[in-house]
Amino acid sequence: MKISFPYMGNSHIAIGYWLEELGHEVIYPPVPSKKTLSLGVQHAPEFACLPFKILLGTYLEAIEAGADTLASSGGFGPCRAGYYGELHKRILHDLGHSVRLIILEPPLMAPFNFCKNIYNLVRPQSSWLNCYRKFRITWEKLRALDTAEDRLHQLRPYVLDRRALTQAYEKALDYIREARTMPQVREAVQAGLAGMESLPSDKSRNPLKIGLIGEIYVVLEPFANHDIEKILGDMGVLVHRSIFITNWTRDNALVNRERDIRSRAIPYLNQLVGGHGQNSVGEVVRYAEHGFDGVVQLAPFTCIPEIVAKSIMPAISADKGIPVLTLFLDEQTGRAGIETRLEAFVDLLQQRRSQREVS
Amino acid sequence: MGTTWPGQGKGVIAVRVGVPRTLSYFSFYPLWKALFEGVGAEVVVSPPSNKELMDAGVRETVNDACVPIKLYHGHVEALKDKVDILFLPRLVSLDGKVTLCPKFLGLPDMVRYSIAGLPELIDLRLDLKKGRHELYRFLYRVGRRFTGNRARIAAAIRAARYNIQRYRKLLLQGLTPEEAFSLLENGHAANRREKGAGIKLAVLGYPYALYDDYVSVRLLEKLRLQGVDVVTPDMVAEPALRRMGKSLPKNLFWYYSNRVVWACLYYLRDYSVDGIIHVTAFGCGPDAMTNKLIELEAKHSRQVPFMTVTIDEHTGEAGVETRVEAFVDLLKRKKGLL
Repeated sequence: MKISFPYMGNSHIAIGYWLEELGHEVIYPPVPSKKTLSLGVQHAPEFACLPFKILLGTYLEAIEAGADTLASSGGFGPCRAGYYGELHKRILHDLGHSVRLIILEPPLMAPFNFCKNIYNLVRPQSSWLNCYRKFRITWEKLRALDTAEDRLHQLRPYVLDRRALTQAYEKALDYIREARTMPQVREAVQAGLAGMESLPSDKSRNPLKIGLIGEIYVVLEPFANHDIEKILGDMGVLVHRSIFITNWTRDNALVNRERDIRSRAIPYLNQLVGGHGQNSVGEVVRYAEHGFDGVVQLAPFTCIPEIVAKSIMPAISADKGIPVLTLFLDEQTGRAGIETRLEAFVDLLQQRRSQREVS
Repeated sequence: MGTTWPGQGKGVIAVRVGVPRTLSYFSFYPLWKALFEGVGAEVVVSPPSNKELMDAGVRETVNDACVPIKLYHGHVEALKDKVDILFLPRLVSLDGKVTLCPKFLGLPDMVRYSIAGLPELIDLRLDLKKGRHELYRFLYRVGRRFTGNRARIAAAIRAARYNIQRYRKLLLQGLTPEEAFSLLENGHAANRREKGAGIKLAVLGYPYALYDDYVSVRLLEKLRLQGVDVVTPDMVAEPALRRMGKSLPKNLFWYYSNRVVWACLYYLRDYSVDGIIHVTAFGCGPDAMTNKLIELEAKHSRQVPFMTVTIDEHTGEAGVETRVEAFVDLLKRKKGLL
């Protein structure tokens, strides 16, 4: 089976490893680019959100590279993303590509379907024991990737040479990619983190702290958000991201552990609205409580849950005294536009802070 | 429980309840109306959608919202000073299986934080996923806000449910909501239309887009004037719709979208329509999925001509009219009527 799957942040390093260990030939499509997006835009419905278009473009590029099977995630709403797999399949078949799509539905909602798809993925070439062993390593790798990335953004405002930090981070990613066993993965993280932390840094700085919230795909995928974490980090801002792939998967697919965030959202939005709508509301409240200077909300254009969240933001902003900048991203969004708006936002936060210090 | 009002229950001054004339209005107005009147409230409906309401809505809403949501804010704006209490229920699930569009789910909160100076709100949750009797409980809770008299609420609920059943039957017979409302109210129908001798078109879309003459720029009326026999999702019986739902590998997650898709399948299956028009609002999230899905269904099943009409706050009547006229002419020519 020549299998391929969409990119989301760095997760392909771990997921690709798992699929290779299951005995599949993994096709890595080109990293999402302008070309991917325009391919997607060409065939996607006009008002589908940015992730839909990037994914469709990636699938088309993967098919061009020879993939005959595509794996993706499903869902049961009310966010649209749950239907993407089904619609992607129909569009691809309509274009005359006879690919197979394996859509992993959430195991709690559709256990039978999930088992069937896992069976299709695993059994052709691998044993269940092998699958289990490799999955543990994969999960460890995903966690390692998240740890490394989190540390990168925590360190960026402090280090003196940011380019060296990026290089150290890429080296850490390589270590994790190369690791083959559990101890190796752990060793790789340690080595990677040590490499990043050993760089000379100025701990006396007191950077602005900005929380990053919004829809999971555009928050995680640097191509979709124009690498916003790096832009902010280079401005000397400490960015804290609310979503990482491992904590999100654990909290949503297996057990429900988001009560904490939900309880904070309830005074403003006492209803699940799908996607990350309610989380976004709760997280702004949490960031305000933790003394952050501001919050940036990222969402794809026409994302319904985030629109609901956005219309509530002004009230939270006023109540809790935390500025929120909402950026809706689509295929027309340019990097320069984002940079300008972020610069202005950061300037405002800086002024706000100095005014507070004076008074 | 319910707040007391001056003159409550004595029939002196009735509490005025505001119901916006959009979104769920077209599906449920007879239910709300009979209920409120049964418990002694006076129902105030906002004026039919117009430019003024639209502009008010655009001013108040986040710019990324879709047209119907903006319009809804406009209706609330128009009602808020004229009523004592505003009825903005949080409709979560109407069939016990799927939810409505996320914007419906967050609607009371969106309105509350966007518009200042609102009167008291009834934003109770209607979620039929909780069980079969949830509708009764919901109506009872609404009733309790007006009167403590249980027997009176029960009678109001009976009347309301009877009313909505009659209304749905009338829709199945091919009446538009406004015709059905006047029939329920005055007991006589507006003059019945004769069946068009020409072509039959399925006009698919959400009730609040199709039947609101301002939003749809009087599309249904225009089609009828051209001798087109128009059918809508509300003219398909519930069991037939559900049967169609079973034939899809995976259904959508939104009540109204599912009805559109199922109705499309129904009309394609029984070979009765000459074409399909999908009416969708600019920026409608669920419709991005729905539209593509039914477009592909229409294309694959037997090449039925398909057209999408997208409506936004700037839609000019002439533009839509031209496109629809061309589409109808095309179908007529295909059938040998021109």
